[in-house]
Amino acid sequence: MKRSTLIALKTVVWIACLVPFGFLVWGAVTNNLGPDATAEIANTTGLSALWMLAITLAISPVRRLSVHLAWLIRFRRLMGLFVFYYASLHVLTWLALYNNFSIRSMLDDVTKRRFVMAGMGTYLLLLPLALTSTNWAIRKLGGKNWTRLHWLIYPAAICATIHYWWKVKTGVLEPAPYTLVLLVLLLARPVMAWSKRRRARAVSV
Amino acid sequence: MLIGKPPDIPSSEITPPSAYREFMNRRRFLKGAAAAGAAALAADRVARLIEPGRVAFAETKLQTVPSPLTTTGEQLTSFEDITHYNNFYEFGVDKGDPAKNAGGLPTRPWTVKVEGKVAKPLTFSIDDLLKLRPLEDRVYRHRCVEAWSMVIPWVGYSLSEFIKQCDPLPSAKYVQFLSYFDRHVEKWSGESTIFWPYSEGLRMDEAMNPLTLLTFGLYGDTLPNQDGAPVRVVVPWKYGFKSAKSVVTVRFVDKQPSTTWNDMAPNEYGFYSNVNPSVDHPRWSQKRERRIGLPFYAQWRDTLMFNGYGDQVASMYAGMNLRRDY
Repeated sequence: MKRSTLIALKTVVWIACLVPFGFLVWGAVTNNLGPDATAEIANTTGLSALWMLAITLAISPVRRLSVHLAWLIRFRRLMGLFVFYYASLHVLTWLALYNNFSIRSMLDDVTKRRFVMAGMGTYLLLLPLALTSTNWAIRKLGGKNWTRLHWLIYPAAICATIHYWWKVKTGVLEPAPYTLVLLVLLLARPVMAWSKRRRARAVSV
Repeated sequence: MLIGKPPDIPSSEITPPSAYREFMNRRRFLKGAAAAGAAALAADRVARLIEPGRVAFAETKLQTVPSPLTTTGEQLTSFEDITHYNNFYEFGVDKGDPAKNAGGLPTRPWTVKVEGKVAKPLTFSIDDLLKLRPLEDRVYRHRCVEAWSMVIPWVGYSLSEFIKQCDPLPSAKYVQFLSYFDRHVEKWSGESTIFWPYSEGLRMDEAMNPLTLLTFGLYGDTLPNQDGAPVRVVVPWKYGFKSAKSVVTVRFVDKQPSTTWNDMAPNEYGFYSNVNPSVDHPRWSQKRERRIGLPFYAQWRDTLMFNGYGDQVASMYAGMNLRRDY
């Protein structure tokens, strides 16, 4: 891929990823965030983080479909960092709007409510990944250790999905589409590895 | 206490939102119509053709009288928010879904069946019910279990007035309300695993409390479909889900009836579900609430015991452990 194409594409991805944030800022400034502004901020940041996490997880299996898609890998870190960005805004919403920065109220929330616990768990799993996203960190850790550490994206994604299910009311099936997408993305990995092994065997025989 | 002096202007005297919405419509339409040289009458006809949905489901104005039981000192939530932020899961689980999907609810003709422990089963038409007692303007705070709240100018009369007409037997200890259910009309009812029809219930003394409102309208007009047309119950000191919408059956029973959310998750939704800031819900702290329609930095306020209606209702729960019977 040409450098200029890459820069153009990255610009487009940046802008697309900032759309939900722009929507919130615009809504906050014009007092146009819908009937329940606080819930709108919490839902938009949370859902953006969730779906961007799904896109991040889709990059690796999709690029393996064809050699022509290998360039997709250059967008994985960018997407991953946007997941962290929206997750951070989501946590900040919880800290500021839902708990008024009160330590007592936060502790109460984390210990009493399992969906908050699962959400916090997700964020703690994402944190080391964001911190080791720089080239310097990759060099310092070494490729193997870095890969091992970044395997945490899988428990993070599962934890986020559990957070979503526990957040909605009993009987509400709203998280089902996301869960299905995530399931496909997680199953794609062993299935692709298996078919690769099979092809390798077929060639060697 | 905020109950007392009725407002100077009954909400029936306020220009109904449907009127000014239609006015806005017509004005917008006329801009184009004037250019085309069409007469106002023709414009109105054409407007109705263009937007048949709006006209067909337009709310009609109700004759109302003031009520001493109205809540004062609160800023009303806008008609727009009351009608576009609804939990009515038969029409979809998103808050905006009922406004979009409830148009097909057949609110006329409508009958309410009275059955169970009564001298004799009865059926009331919606017109019978509207004429039974004078319709009162009652502003109530509305507190959802999800920790948001509104202030709504309802129109109706005390449920007790209706119950007196039903002639319940002494063995009637509870009253159960069943909501309309038809999966062909409410195609969205499968978005959750709820077992329909929606069921709610009250203890007899709660149902007879003058605050419990048999409700026909809001903002001086008949109820919009998404708010539970044509007749619903409003129990202002309990979480919103206790207030059954679009009621078709009123059943007097001798045992605590099974109620929808209590069946779904008994640890989350008690039968009583009185607004109580000291008993948390497993998903939400109930200490504070978000007032709908305010900017995000101004939404939060402390939740009041019994939603601020303790003076009228607390005595019904004397001696009860409200932590256990939440």
